Amino acid sequence: MNGSPALALQVGAIGWRSVRRTLRQPATIIPAIAFPIIMLFVTSAGLRASESLPGFPSVSYFDFALVITFMQGAIFATAGAGTDLAADIESGFLDRLALTPMSGAGLVIGQLGGAVVFGVLQATFYLAAGLIGGATIAAGVGGVLVIYAMVIVMAIGFGAIGIAAALRTGSGEAVQGLFPIMFTLLFLSTVNLPLDLIPVDWFRWIATVNPISFLIDAIRSLIITGWEPSVLLVGFAVALGIMVLGVALAAVALRGRLLRT
Amino acid sequence: MPAIEVHALTRAFKKGPRAVDGIDLTVDEGEIYGFLGPNGAGKSTTVLMLTTLLPPTSGTALVAGFDVVKDGARVRGAIGAALQEAALDRFLTGWEHVRLQGALHGMSRSDIERRGGELLDRVGMREAASRKVGGYSGGMKRRLDLALALLHRPRVLFLDEPTTGLDPQSRAALWNEVARLSRDEGVTVFLTTQYLEEADALAGRVGIIDHGTIVAEGTPTALKAEIGRASVEIEPHEAARLADLERTLAQFGTAIAAPATGAAIRLDAGVADVAPIVRALDAEGIRIHQLRLREPTLDDVFLEKTGRTLQGSGDSAAEGDEA
Repeated sequence: MNGSPALALQVGAIGWRSVRRTLRQPATIIPAIAFPIIMLFVTSAGLRASESLPGFPSVSYFDFALVITFMQGAIFATAGAGTDLAADIESGFLDRLALTPMSGAGLVIGQLGGAVVFGVLQATFYLAAGLIGGATIAAGVGGVLVIYAMVIVMAIGFGAIGIAAALRTGSGEAVQGLFPIMFTLLFLSTVNLPLDLIPVDWFRWIATVNPISFLIDAIRSLIITGWEPSVLLVGFAVALGIMVLGVALAAVALRGRLLRT
Repeated sequence: MPAIEVHALTRAFKKGPRAVDGIDLTVDEGEIYGFLGPNGAGKSTTVLMLTTLLPPTSGTALVAGFDVVKDGARVRGAIGAALQEAALDRFLTGWEHVRLQGALHGMSRSDIERRGGELLDRVGMREAASRKVGGYSGGMKRRLDLALALLHRPRVLFLDEPTTGLDPQSRAALWNEVARLSRDEGVTVFLTTQYLEEADALAGRVGIIDHGTIVAEGTPTALKAEIGRASVEIEPHEAARLADLERTLAQFGTAIAAPATGAAIRLDAGVADVAPIVRALDAEGIRIHQLRLREPTLDDVFLEKTGRTLQGSGDSAAEGDEA
């Protein structure tokens, strides 16, 4: 009989498996990387006229829209982490893991580790696409590092929500059901226009209170403005809040799913 | 000390009856215990409780000397399990499964490589282990599953319907390995199955479960001896004489289930009755198309205890949502 391995080893083993599994599914990776980049180019081409609106920041719409990619990446993180875990539940692989000394925390953190690695990979592609498309990062190299930090926190938060849904329902279809909800939330935010330029009252009100808007504004500020500590602070606070909420939901769902004694 | 000791173990679910209803059983170290029953009888629920994956509603169970409720982690350290439908990740290779499982069991890298290689050799999977599981056959998945279950040198091995869906060759290979584990390494094996021949071939003792309760337990030989009498099944050459055949056979024993084209009885005096039956049928002018003499089987034991045959008596009522 062997002892229970340290949490770090468990997380490493589960995370390694999660990354490897993801990288071996081109049908999952390619859309998650390509779709946000395609959306970036389509949206920025279609809404370029917004640049001439009074009150629109004095940057190209492409720079303004680059944040779309990171937010869509976060949505894919939600779906990806949750769908993989739901598949494990459906196939019985979770029972295999549960029969080892693996802790529940090891499972959740390991899965999230996989989501983080994939999130960073996605962000690298998005940044490269942005730079190739002519975008500049106003906050410089330091700003890029902060964008990565934000991406990591968002991958954990949104990934944890996906994991919570998977643990609660045990169904890949149910996890995929989060996708349209997240996309609706994304489009009911400041993703396409600054808050002041949203003409419809109800839309502006939703975008004002929508937590996604704060995340968008924080990342966008690094791209188009430079360093805006107050915007960044609020953005990180919201991201951390989503992370805490997601992890708490995942922990509660884990107790209901992992019934082992 | 018994390897498995169960008292009044019960598991109730919200929907449906109790999946496991107060069972008692004891399995000695190094023994192969066959847990036989139709689908939904409570076999898998029992395995889930004994492997700590599902808390019992009531009752106690000690596995490898540890309480499954109070000492789940130590139970998991002492057992290996291959549950239904070899649950493997089709995107990982066989070796990657071995390394993941070994790491989660806290084994050193060198031990994982040594023990993993030895087990993959033993189940004939060394060559295939560098390929992704998605391309494996059902038999290959089962063999890898068995190797994974044994990786951390468990004292008690749970196999939940390990040969379901396997071809005869794969099934025989798995039987050989399970028998060797018990014989050569002293591993206790708790084997659930709905295949009578599997329990008969492998198990030192058999427990028959139906609707959550154990209806019979003992060695296959003792259980069959309990039924005692052989049966005979005869098909007449002319279908029109079936009623006459049934009437004649009724003098020699109790009617039991038979194909529509024939009649069968449990022989009152055992095989000694066969010759008188043939003479009686000859005297009646009933020509025999086919005559089959059967020694008692575990299915007969099941029939005797439940009034139904094991084959085809499965239902899915018992195992449902948790309570």
